[in-house]
Amino acid sequence: MLPQDQPGIMPGAGKKGNPVPTTGVQEKKLYERLTQALEKYKGKPGVLIAALQEAQEIFGYLPRKAMIHVANELTIPLAEVYSVASFYSLFSTVPAGKTRLEVCMGTACYVKGAEKLLQELQKQCGGSPGKFTSEGRFSVATTRCVGACSAAPVIKIGEELHGEMSPEKLPALLEELTKI
Amino acid sequence: MSTLLEELMQERVRPETEHRILICGGIPCRSLGCRKVQEALDEELQQKGLAGQIPVDVIGCIGDCSQGPSIIVYPEGIVYQKLGPDDARTIVREHIIGGRVVEELLHRDPHSEEIIRKREEMPFYREQTRLVLRNCGVISPHIDDYLKYRGYAALARALAEMTPEEVIDEIKKSGLRGRGGGGFPTGRKWELVHQAHGDEKYVICNADEGDPGAFMDRSILEGDPHSVLEGMIIAGYAVGASRGYIYVRAEYPVALRRCREAIAQAREKKFLGGNILEKGFSFDIEIRTGAGAFVCGEETALISSLHGTRGDPEPKPPFPAQKGLWGKPTLINNVETLANIPLIILHGSHRFTELGTERSPGTKVFALAGKVRHTGLVEVPLGTTLRRIIFDIGGGIPGNKKFKAAQTGGPSGGCLGEEALDIPMDYDSLQEAGSMVGSGGLIILDEDTCMVDLARFYLDFSQDESCGKCTPCRVGSKRLLEILQKITEGKGEERDLETLEQLALLMKNSSLCGLGRAAPNPLLNTLRLFREEYLAHIRERRCPAGVCRSLMRPRINPEICKACGICSRICPSQAITGARGTPYKIDLEKCSDCLRCLEECPFDAITRGGRRLAEAEAMDR
Amino acid sequence: MPKLKLWIDDREVEVEEGTSVLEAARQAGIDIPTLCYLKDLNAPAACRICLVQVEGRPTLDASCVLPAAAGMRVYTHTPEVIAARKQMLELLLSDHPFECLTCERSLNCELQRLAKRYGIRDLHIEGSRNHFPVDDLSPSVVREPDKCIRCRRCLAVCEYYQAVGIYRMVERSFNAVVGPAFNGSLMETPCIYCGQCVTVCPTGALREHDSTARVWEALRDPNLHVVVQTAPSIRTSIGEEFGYPVGTPLPGQMAAALRRLGFDRVFDDCFGADVTVMEEATEFLERLERGGPFPQFTSCCPSWVRFCELFYPEYIKNLSEVKSPQQIFGALAKTYYAREAGIDPSRIFVVSIMPCVSKKYELLRPEMNASGYRDVDAELSTREFVQMLFQAGIDLRKLPEEDFDEPLGHASGAGIIFGSTGGVMEAALRTACEWLTGRELENVEFPQVRSDKYKDAEIQVGDLRLKVAVARGTGEARRLIEALKKGEKEYHFVEVMACPAGCVGGGGQPIYIETNDWNEQVAHRSRRSGGLYELDRRMECRKAHANPAVQKLYRDFLGHPGSELAHRLLHTGYVARRLYAPEPLLKKEHKQKVQPM
Ligand SMILES: Cc1cc2nc3c(=O)[nH]c(=O)nc-3n(C[C@H](O)[C@H](O)[C@H](O)COP(=O)(O)O)c2cc1C
Ligand code: SF4
Ligand code: SF4
Ligand code: SF4
Ligand code: SF4
Ligand code: SF4
Ligand code: SF4
Ligand code: SF4
Ligand code: SF4
Ligand code: FES
Ligand code: FES
Ligand code: FES
Repeated sequence: MLPQDQPGIMPGAGKKGNPVPTTGVQEKKLYERLTQALEKYKGKPGVLIAALQEAQEIFGYLPRKAMIHVANELTIPLAEVYSVASFYSLFSTVPAGKTRLEVCMGTACYVKGAEKLLQELQKQCGGSPGKFTSEGRFSVATTRCVGACSAAPVIKIGEELHGEMSPEKLPALLEELTKI
Repeated sequence: MSTLLEELMQERVRPETEHRILICGGIPCRSLGCRKVQEALDEELQQKGLAGQIPVDVIGCIGDCSQGPSIIVYPEGIVYQKLGPDDARTIVREHIIGGRVVEELLHRDPHSEEIIRKREEMPFYREQTRLVLRNCGVISPHIDDYLKYRGYAALARALAEMTPEEVIDEIKKSGLRGRGGGGFPTGRKWELVHQAHGDEKYVICNADEGDPGAFMDRSILEGDPHSVLEGMIIAGYAVGASRGYIYVRAEYPVALRRCREAIAQAREKKFLGGNILEKGFSFDIEIRTGAGAFVCGEETALISSLHGTRGDPEPKPPFPAQKGLWGKPTLINNVETLANIPLIILHGSHRFTELGTERSPGTKVFALAGKVRHTGLVEVPLGTTLRRIIFDIGGGIPGNKKFKAAQTGGPSGGCLGEEALDIPMDYDSLQEAGSMVGSGGLIILDEDTCMVDLARFYLDFSQDESCGKCTPCRVGSKRLLEILQKITEGKGEERDLETLEQLALLMKNSSLCGLGRAAPNPLLNTLRLFREEYLAHIRERRCPAGVCRSLMRPRINPEICKACGICSRICPSQAITGARGTPYKIDLEKCSDCLRCLEECPFDAITRGGRRLAEAEAMDR
Repeated sequence: MPKLKLWIDDREVEVEEGTSVLEAARQAGIDIPTLCYLKDLNAPAACRICLVQVEGRPTLDASCVLPAAAGMRVYTHTPEVIAARKQMLELLLSDHPFECLTCERSLNCELQRLAKRYGIRDLHIEGSRNHFPVDDLSPSVVREPDKCIRCRRCLAVCEYYQAVGIYRMVERSFNAVVGPAFNGSLMETPCIYCGQCVTVCPTGALREHDSTARVWEALRDPNLHVVVQTAPSIRTSIGEEFGYPVGTPLPGQMAAALRRLGFDRVFDDCFGADVTVMEEATEFLERLERGGPFPQFTSCCPSWVRFCELFYPEYIKNLSEVKSPQQIFGALAKTYYAREAGIDPSRIFVVSIMPCVSKKYELLRPEMNASGYRDVDAELSTREFVQMLFQAGIDLRKLPEEDFDEPLGHASGAGIIFGSTGGVMEAALRTACEWLTGRELENVEFPQVRSDKYKDAEIQVGDLRLKVAVARGTGEARRLIEALKKGEKEYHFVEVMACPAGCVGGGGQPIYIETNDWNEQVAHRSRRSGGLYELDRRMECRKAHANPAVQKLYRDFLGHPGSELAHRLLHTGYVARRLYAPEPLLKKEHKQKVQPM
C-alpha cells in the first residue's frame, strides 16, 4: 500500500513561518491584503489554486515572496506552491507590461492566420512570444482558445475580445489602446 | 405533493407574449462588438422613455456566431444580425415603437436572396436538430425563463416518480454516450458509481473544454446553465451523491458568472440545498476554476486539480467511479452529457433513441469553425454526414476554395479527408475512419492549410500541455515536435517519417493518460492521408499549401542574378545587399516577405518556395 | 485475502487480490524492469519501463500499477514489449547527459544498468536536452537535475517517510523536473540534509557533497596531525562494498585500512557516543529532579535536530542539550587529546567517517567550535570512505584486524549500538537505570526498544515507570509530536533518528539497488544492525559509564558529567529557523541545449 493511502501518514508540511521581509509601505499593504485574503482558506484542503489566483490578482503576477507568504500562511510546503504555480499557464511568475495583448493560438484562429497576426503584432509592439515581458507599454503573448472561434482570429486585451482581426486592423487597434 | 412540484409536473410551455429584446452576449458576438449594440439599445430606449418597460436581456450564444452581433425581438422572434449601434437605434424606433419589422436589416440568404425573419427560416438553423441547445439563444439564462420552458420538470419527475435505479435504467436505455470525448455509456457509468461503496460520493461536471477550437460547453453554460444544473442534480440523486462540483476553465469568465448566478437562483428556488422539492434528497453544487491546463480535462487530472495540486493524471484503474475526489466514488460527466439528461427523463429514452444511430443515439453539438461560411454551434443527430454539416448548414467554403479536410476531436482527434465527406458522424464510424467525435470541435480546412504544419501545430499544443509526468509523452512529444519542426523548415529526411511513426505508436501504446495516448493522432492521421505532402516538404523542399514560412521565403538564385541592384533599391526593409559583379543576397532576418523584389527583378532571379513569380502568384491566387 | 489466478507468460500464478501484475510476476520468478516504482513507497506509473502486454488490451500497460485480475493473460517479454522498453530507455537517454565515466553512480546506477541489460547501443532519436543548473550549495546534498529521470522516488521518501516535503514536480511539459521550489537550491528550503533522497535516487541526480579531496590534502600535509573517528554503523556496512554479506562487522579491518590510508590516529566515535550517554543520562536525571520538561528528545542526529528547529521550535526546550557524538569527539580531540598528546590543537585535523551526509552540515554549524577551532574539519560518508580505499588500492579482505588507538578509541557496547535505531535509547537506559536505582543491571539488554518499527515502551526502574519511545524517520517524529500536542501520548524520553533503521540506514551508506521494494530496502539496512548488536554482545564492557577510557576522561579532564567544562565543550543550544530564503541563492538559468540532429 502506498503511503498516501495509509491512515495516519503525515505528508511534508510547512509551518506558520516568519512574515516575508517587505520594503516600503506599498508592498507591506499588498502583503496585508494577501494575508486577509488567505484567511478563509486556512486549514481547508484543496484550496491552493484558488489562493494563488487571489495572490495573482493582488500582485498582477506571482512574486517569489508572495509564494513564500502563501506557503507560510497555509502551512503548505513551498515546493507544492511553486509546483502548482509553474504548472498552470495562467500563473505568471514574471511581471507583465501595462497592456496585455494575447493572440489566440487555438486551432480555429491558427488556421485563420493567427501566426501572421502574432508576428505582425510583435513587430509593432516588440517583446518575445509565449510569456509577457516587463518591458514596454504592451506585452504580447499567446493564449489558447478563448471560445470565440467563430470570430477567429481573436486578440484578447484584458477581458476584452477582438474578433475577426487581421494585420491590417492592428495599427488602428493599437492607436486606440495608446489613447486610453 | 408540494405545489411547486405539482406545477412543475404540468406539461406546459409558456411562450412569450410581450415585447422583449434578447441580445446575444456570447463570446464571438462580444468580440464583434455586441456591447456597443447593447449600449445603443439601452440609450435609445432611455431616450424614448421606454427604459424598464421593454426588457433587454443578454443571452448566451444563439449559434450563428459569424453573423453577430445578433438580437432577437419578441414576441415575433425576429432575428437581426450583423448589427452596428445605429442599426440598434433604428430597430428601437421602427420595430419596437413603430411595430414594423425593419426589412433592410434582416438577413438575406446569399444564395436564394430570400429574406429571413426568424431563426427557423435560416438554413443554418433549419437543418439542425436543436435539443441540447433548445434554450440557447431562445431564452435568457435566468431561472424564470428556464421554468417557463419546463425547466426542472425532469427533476420533479425523477424525484417524484422514479427510484435512483429507475433513473439509471432510463439513461441506460437511452444509450446516451459521454459527450466529453470518450463516448463511454453514461448509464453504465452512473451504475458503477451507484454500486460503488462509499460514505460519500461526488458528481463532477467537466467544463474544462480545453480543445482549442471548441466552444460547445461554454455556450451551453452561458446560454442555458440550468439544464446542466438540473442534469447534475438528477445525476446526484441517481448515484447517491450529495455534493457536486463544476470545474470551469478560467478562460471562460462569462460562463463562470452565469454558473454562479444560476446556482444562486436554484438555491433560492430550493432546487439545490437540503430536502429538494421536499423529497428528502439533498444536493448542492460548488464551482471550481481551472488555471490553464488542457490536461485537467482528463478526469483523473481534473480530480488532482480539484485537490488543489498540479493536474497530474493518475493511472486507471482505480477509476474515479471507485476512487475519485478525496478518494471517494465520483461521477464525472461532460457539460453536454449532463444537459441531455433532463430531456431523456422528461420525454423518455424511447424518444431519445429515435434520433441518431443505433449505437450512437441522440444529437451532438459541433463547434463549427475554420474555413467555412457560417461558423458557430451546430447540433445534429449523430450519424449526420460531414457534407451536410459543412455545405448545407455551414454554407460551404468561402472564397471559392476547395475543401481539404475536417479536423475533428481537436488535438486528440484526426482529419477526415474528402473521401470521408459522406460517412456518418458517429462514435464508431469516426473511430474507424481514424478520427474521433471527441468533444465536438469541428475545424474545416481548405486547400490553403498545410497538413504537415497542422500536425506540427497540434503537437506543439500537446507538448506544451503535457504534464511531464511520464516518459513517452514528456520526451516523446518533444521529439515528434522537433522532427516535424525540422520537416516544415525544409530540413527533413525521408527516414524521419519512419521515426515519426515508430515514436508516435510508442506514445499511443504506452503513455499514462489520454493526452499522451491521443497526442500523436493528428500526426498519424495526416501521415496516412496526406503522405505526399510530407514527401513534398522532404524531397522537394516545397510546401504545397504555401504555409511553411521557411520554405516560402524569397531567395535569389545566384546563377540567374545579374547583380543589377534593382531589388536592393526597392526593398522596403533594406534586406537585400550586394555589390556589382556578385549575386545579391537577402537577409531573411530583415525581410518582411513583402515580395516586391519578386515582382521587380527583371531577370526573374528571385524565387519563393523554389518557385518563380508566376507560379507563386498562382498559388496565392 | 481472497486469491485469484492469472497467467503470466503462459504460467499459472495464484496471488492475493489487489496484487499488481508486477508483483505477481515477481512471485512467479519473472523479473520486470522498473525505474520509478519502489514498492510501498512510490508508484507514480511515470517511467513506463515496466510495460507488459495483457491479452485483449489495446495498449501496453505499466505492470507496477496494474492490478492482477482473474484469468488475465500477461506477456512480459514479447518482441513488442522489449522494443517498447528499449525505445523508452532511448527516450530517457535522449534527455540525459552521457557522463557515466565521470558519474558518481556509474556501475551502481539503475538507468545505466537497464541500458546495458537492454542492449542500448545507439540512440535512434536525439534532440534538445534540458540543462538545469547544478545545485552544489548545500554542504550535504548535491543535485544534478540533468540526470534526473523524474521517477519521484526522492519526492516520495522526503514527503511521506520524512514528512519534510522538499521536492515536487516543477514546471511542465519537456521542462518538467523533480526539484525543490523554484527548482532552486536545497539551501533555500527546509531540507534537513538526511540524504534519504540520495539513497533512493536510481541515478546520479542526487549525491553527497564530495569531501575526499579535502581529506587527501590534509593527509598529505606534513604539518597536520590528522585523526579520524569512525561512526558506529560503518563497521557493519562497509563490508558490502567488498563482497561481504550485509551486516558483517569489520571493525578491525576498518581500523587497519584507515591506518594504511595515512591517518595519524585512528579513533572510534563510539567513544564519543559513550560520552554522549554520560551527559545525556545526567541531563535526564536532572530533568527528573526538576520535573521536566518532558519528554527529553535525543539530539545526536543533526537532521532530526534541524527538523525540530525548523518545524517544531516550540519543542526545542525538549531537545537534549548534549551534542552529537561527532561533535563531542571533535571538541575532545582538540582539547583533551591535544593536551594528552601534546599537540597544538591548531595542527589537529579531525576527520569523521559517518553513515551520514547531514554531519557535513552539522560540523559547519557556527557554534560547533567549542575547542576554539572548528571541532570537526571534514566528514566522509561511508561511500566516500570506500572511494578513498579504492583510490588507495586497499582491499579490506586482505587486511588483518587491528585495534583503535588510545585514548579516544576505546568504546563500550553501548556506544557501538548507537548506530541502530533504539540503540541510543538502550545505551542511555543502561546508564540511567543503574544511576537511578544504584544497582547493577542483571541484563543490560532492552529488547523493548529494539525494533525496526516505531516503538514505545514502559520500563520499570525502581519505583519509576519510565515511558519511552523510539522513532525512526522524521515522519514518525512528526506523528509523535502531533500526538504529544494533542495529549494522546506522554513520554519521559524519546529517541529520534532521521533515517530508517537509524544510522545503519543513513544517507551516506552504500546504496543498494538490488530491490525495488522499500520495505526490503529498509530491511536490508536493518541487517546492518545485527552486526552491531553482535559486537555489543561480544564486548566485555557494555555500559558507557563502565568504560575505563570514559572514566579516565572524567577523572583527568572533565571532572564529572554535567560539569562546567563538560557544559562548555559538550553541550550546545538550538535556534528556531526560517523555512525559506526570501531571495534565491542559486541564480543560474535553465536552458535547453540544442543537440545537432
Ligand atoms: C487530455 C484530455 C482532455 C480532456 N478534456 C476534456 C474536456 O475538456 N471536457 C470534457 O468534458 N472531457 C474531457 N476529457 C474527457 C474526460 O476525461 C472524461 O472522459 C469526460 O469528462 C467524461 O464525461 P462524459 O462521459 O460525460 O463524456 C478529456 C480527456 C483527455 C484525455
Ligand atoms: S501522457 Fe502526458 S499528460 Fe498524460 S500523464 Fe503522461 S506526460 Fe502527463
Ligand atoms: S533584381 Fe534580380 S538580378 Fe537584379 S540584383 Fe536583384 S536578384 Fe539580382
Ligand atoms: S520580400 Fe520584400 S522585404 Fe523581403 S527581401 Fe524582398 S523586397 Fe525585401
Ligand atoms: S546517472 Fe547513470 S546513466 Fe546517467 S551518467 Fe550517471 S551513471 Fe550514467
Ligand atoms: S564502458 Fe565503454 S565508454 Fe565506458 S570507459 Fe569503457 S569502453 Fe569507454
Ligand atoms: S536530504 Fe532529506 S530532507 Fe533533504 S530533500 Fe533529501 S530527503 Fe528531503
Ligand atoms: S532526483 Fe533522482 S530520485 Fe528524484 S526524481 Fe530525479 S531521478 Fe528520481
Ligand atoms: S540517523 Fe544517523 S545517518 Fe541519519 S541523519 Fe541522523 S545521524 Fe545521520
Ligand atoms: S481558437 Fe481562437 S478562439 Fe477558439
Ligand atoms: S455568440 Fe452570438 S451567436 Fe454565437
Ligand atoms: S511505470 Fe512502472 S516502474 Fe515506472
